[in-house]
Order: sequence, then structure tokens, then C-alpha cells
Amino acid sequence: MQRYLFSRLVQSVLILVGVLLLVFFMVRVTGDPASLMMPRESTNESLQAFRHKMGFDRPLIVQLGDFIIHAAVGNFGNSLHFKTPALPMILERLPATMELAGVGMLIAVVVAIPLGLVGGSTPGSVWDSIGRFVGLLGQSIPNFWLALVMIFFFAVQLHLLPSFGRDTLQSVIMPGFVLGLPTMGALVRLTRSAVLEIRGEDYVRTAYSKGLNSNLIYSRHILRNAAIPLISVIGVQFGYMLGGSIYIETIFAWPGMGQLIEQAIGWRDFTLIQAIAFFTSVVVVGLNFLTDLAYALVDPRIRFGG
Amino acid sequence: MSQTSLPVDQVSGLLIDEEQTLRHRLTYFGRLLWRDKSGMLGLLLFFILIFSAIFAPWIAPHDPLEQNLRFNKKPPAWAAGGSWDYPLGTDNLGRDTLSRIIYGSRVSLTVGIFGVLIASGIGMLIGLISGYIGGRLDNAVTALINLILSLPYLLFVVVIAAILGRSLLNVILIFGITDSPIFARTTRGEVLRIRESGYVESAISIGASRRRIIFDHILPNLLGPLITVATFEMSAMIFYEAGLGFLGLSVPPSVPSWGNMLSNGRQYLTSAPWICTFPGLAIMFASLGMNLVGDWLRDVLDPRLRRVKK
Repeated sequence: MQRYLFSRLVQSVLILVGVLLLVFFMVRVTGDPASLMMPRESTNESLQAFRHKMGFDRPLIVQLGDFIIHAAVGNFGNSLHFKTPALPMILERLPATMELAGVGMLIAVVVAIPLGLVGGSTPGSVWDSIGRFVGLLGQSIPNFWLALVMIFFFAVQLHLLPSFGRDTLQSVIMPGFVLGLPTMGALVRLTRSAVLEIRGEDYVRTAYSKGLNSNLIYSRHILRNAAIPLISVIGVQFGYMLGGSIYIETIFAWPGMGQLIEQAIGWRDFTLIQAIAFFTSVVVVGLNFLTDLAYALVDPRIRFGG
Repeated sequence: MSQTSLPVDQVSGLLIDEEQTLRHRLTYFGRLLWRDKSGMLGLLLFFILIFSAIFAPWIAPHDPLEQNLRFNKKPPAWAAGGSWDYPLGTDNLGRDTLSRIIYGSRVSLTVGIFGVLIASGIGMLIGLISGYIGGRLDNAVTALINLILSLPYLLFVVVIAAILGRSLLNVILIFGITDSPIFARTTRGEVLRIRESGYVESAISIGASRRRIIFDHILPNLLGPLITVATFEMSAMIFYEAGLGFLGLSVPPSVPSWGNMLSNGRQYLTSAPWICTFPGLAIMFASLGMNLVGDWLRDVLDPRLRRVKK
């Protein structure tokens, strides 16, 4: 178990080094970061001055070393737009995004797992059809479009829910649901197929044949084994949600990191974008590490094995 | 004949014959398709998408770029004030929504097809090499694939699109490259499975060359799983391309695409909701079609699943 966690920890650190390289080279892929970050109508002199100020005229390897050393202590430089350090600005936005993604995940899990369980244990039933329908819709409905449709009905026509901002408790309902929808679809499909597969396993048949109560079979055998793939997918889906929040936060003017990145793209504030991209990756990698931990707790093969 | 028990396929009721003719195979797939109504619906939606992309100039009632400010924000034909000249209404500049949706299918399909071709090309090559050679190289490649797949994918797609600028080629390249790890992972897994199989073992034992094993045994068996993945990934690319367009980061604003239409129509959500409604439905049906086809293919191409399903 300790060896397992240690190797996961090393992997996480390596991933973050990889992300750092990606974020560094990302803004240099067009060849000239200065013209990317400066307004299009900038003169040659101002571009030259900007290059010197940002250190883009130094050798690439020096720039890279400098970037990594600063990033390691959480210093991503100043936002080009606000002229203030990028990290505090991101940290200020973090709770809103986590709230949104948390609510989205909660809605997804609460709907998807019971549906998948019932569908998987009674294939062909009405609940199974509903579950498969939700699974398909979650995968196919563009959620950024559904957000607009829902705003039109629930905010503009019915005046039931606020259409933007994060002022009241109800504000989170629409963006949370819309953000969680694709995840809901993925989780229904996964739970259903996991339950279907586990139901056919030998140990379940044995449990039935020795006369074990079917509630116990579900809670002890089927649920626990279905939890293993579910946990890892929930971890992956959380990372997906943090990316998808760019659309949803922009539409609902939700004051989180996704909205900030959309605004930063508009301002050509690429130092801020670099910082957000790296910071979001840190959050995702951290969550994946926690997922691995949970994995180890649920799966005895990992708990007792290497 | 009726006395001997010939191997009969459980689903189709057809004889399993090693030397099936092409016609036999087609009827066989036809029967499987007939049984799976959702697969048929998926194929139908997919054919509509292809048809409208190819024949756009002939079936679109108007020029998708033609502006007519006298007829701007006209509602769909069945609503009050609409006319059949503009069946799905017009946008803020008086451009015909239906024609723009028909032309928009070209962008979606182009991104989907070429994106998947690039991604599967790169991914297959990496997966084949990694899975076939194995050892340390395989460990390193697998770790790298897991690394890339654990990142917040959409965020990086959005940022890279913003850096590279709006063009069809850039969008195709972004999806083609960022999506290749999915194909590499599938290929690698399948190669490992096939390499351990009995027929590869027997091929090795009769002294078949490495090249013959790869081209005659591994590649043909890879095709099924890869086609299935390709269908799902194409659906995802159509979806994400529209998402990029919605943020104003996909093809240039002058090009009619579903994402661009959404991005433009968003500003008129209260006064002219149909500008957004129809391109959104188009994205949904295209994506739904590909997903249904993918589900169907997965069941058909994997005989193990076929039995379980029944």
C-alpha cells in the first residue's frame, strides 16, 4: 500500500513537471510570445521593449529555468491585464468553481448511480430504458446550448431561477445541473454496465446459491465491486468538469476560474492564462491522487498488495 | 443436413461459415441492424449529416452568407410572422438559418473526419509500437498517455485554440493531436490482447515474420475496436468544435458553422431564441447519431458482447 501510494505520488509530481513544460511552450508555439500577448496594432519598438521587459530575448533554456523556479514557489508573474500577481487572483476564484463543480458532481451522482444500479439489475425494464435515455442524452446534448435553452425557459419566461451571477442559493441550480449533465450520462452508462457484468460473476452466483439475502448480495458484493471503476471515473470526470466550466461559467456569469480564463483570452492576458492552466492541472492532479487513495481503501487487492 | 448440427450464429440465425461471401456478410449485418432500431436511427442521422454536407449548394434554399436586413430576425415558418421562404427563420443580419445549418454541417463533418484520421493515425502508430515492443518503452508510453489523459482536456484545447488563432486547419490539428492518446491507448490494449492470442502464437510457431504477424494478424483485428472508438471520438469532436465556436475560437466568424451560429445567436436569446435553438438541435442530432452508431458497432463487432446482450 505504501509503495503504491509512493509511486502514485512520484507520478503526480512528474505529471506536474510535464504540465509546466506544456504551459511554458504553449505560448511560444507561434514563435513569438510578444506579438501574441501585445495588442495587434503594436509598433515594432513597443514589441521590442515588451520582449526585453518579459525576458523573451534571453536564451530559451534560461527562460525555462526561470519559469520553473518561479512556478515552484507559486509565482507565475503578474497578470498582464491587472498588473498584479496572478496566483491570488486565481485563489480568489477557486471557491466559486469548486462549488459549481461540486454541486454538478452531486447532482450527477445522486441521479446516475441509483438509475444505473436499478437499470443494471433489471435490464429491459422501464427504469433501465430511462437510464439508457439519460446516458445517451448526457453524451449528446451540447450542455452549453442546453444552458441557453434553460435560461430562456426558467429565467426569461417563467422567472423561476436567476439567469446569472452567484448571489442567491438558487443561482447554482441551473449551472450546476448543466455542468453535471455529461458526467451524469457517463456515470449512468458505467454503473449500468458494471452492475450487469458483476451480476454474472461466479461469486454472485455462489452468494445466491448459499441462500444469502439479495439485499446483502447487492450491498456486499455488487455495490462494492462496482464502486471500483466508479471512483476512478468520478476522478476523471471532475477534471473534465473543471475544463467544461469555461463554457458554463461564461454563460451564467459565474465568478469562477472558468470565467476568468475566458476573460483572460479576450484580454490576451497569457501570463494569467498560463497560471490558471497550471493551477487547474494542480487541482486535477491532486484530486486524482485522492482518487487513487480512495481506490486503495476500496480495493483490497491494492490495500494488501504491492 | 438437418441431422448434423452446423454452427449457427445465436443472433442472426445464419450459419457460421468461414467462407462467407460478401453478400452473405451484408445480409448478416443487415439483419443485425434491423434488430437494433437505435443503430438504424443512428445511421440515418449520420447519412443525413453526410448528405447535407455534400449537397449543401443544391439543397440549401438560400446563400448562407446572403444578408437581407429587411428580413432580419424573422421567426420560423410556423410561428406568427414567419414565412416558408425562411423555414427556420433568419438571424440578426437576415441570413437564412436553415441554409446556414446545412452549410455548417460541412465544418462539423470536416473537423470530425480529418480530426479522427489524424488522431487515429498518430495513436495507432504509437500504440502499435508500444504494445508490440513492450518492456520499458511500453511503460514509458503508457505513463505518458495516462499523464495526458488526466489533464483538464477542454481547458487546454480552449487555450491552445486561442493561441493558434481561428482557422479550420488549426481546429483539425488541435483535435487530431490532443485526441491521439485515446487511440494509442485502445491500440496498445488490443495489441497486447491479440499478441497473446492462439492464432498469433501459431503464426509465430510456423515461423511467420514479424512483419507478416503485424500486417496479417494484428492490424485486421485492430480495426473493429478502432472503428468503434473513432465513431465516439468523431461525435465528441463535433461537440467540442461547436463548443470552441461558441466561445469564438473555432473557424473564422464569416464561415457558417453551428458553433459560430450559437455564439452569434446568444446575444438575441430573448428577442429571437430560434437563432440559437436550431443549430443546437443540429449539434445534438449529429452527436446522437454518431453515438448510436458507435453503440451499435460495439455490439456488432464484438461477438462476446453480442452474446451477453441477448
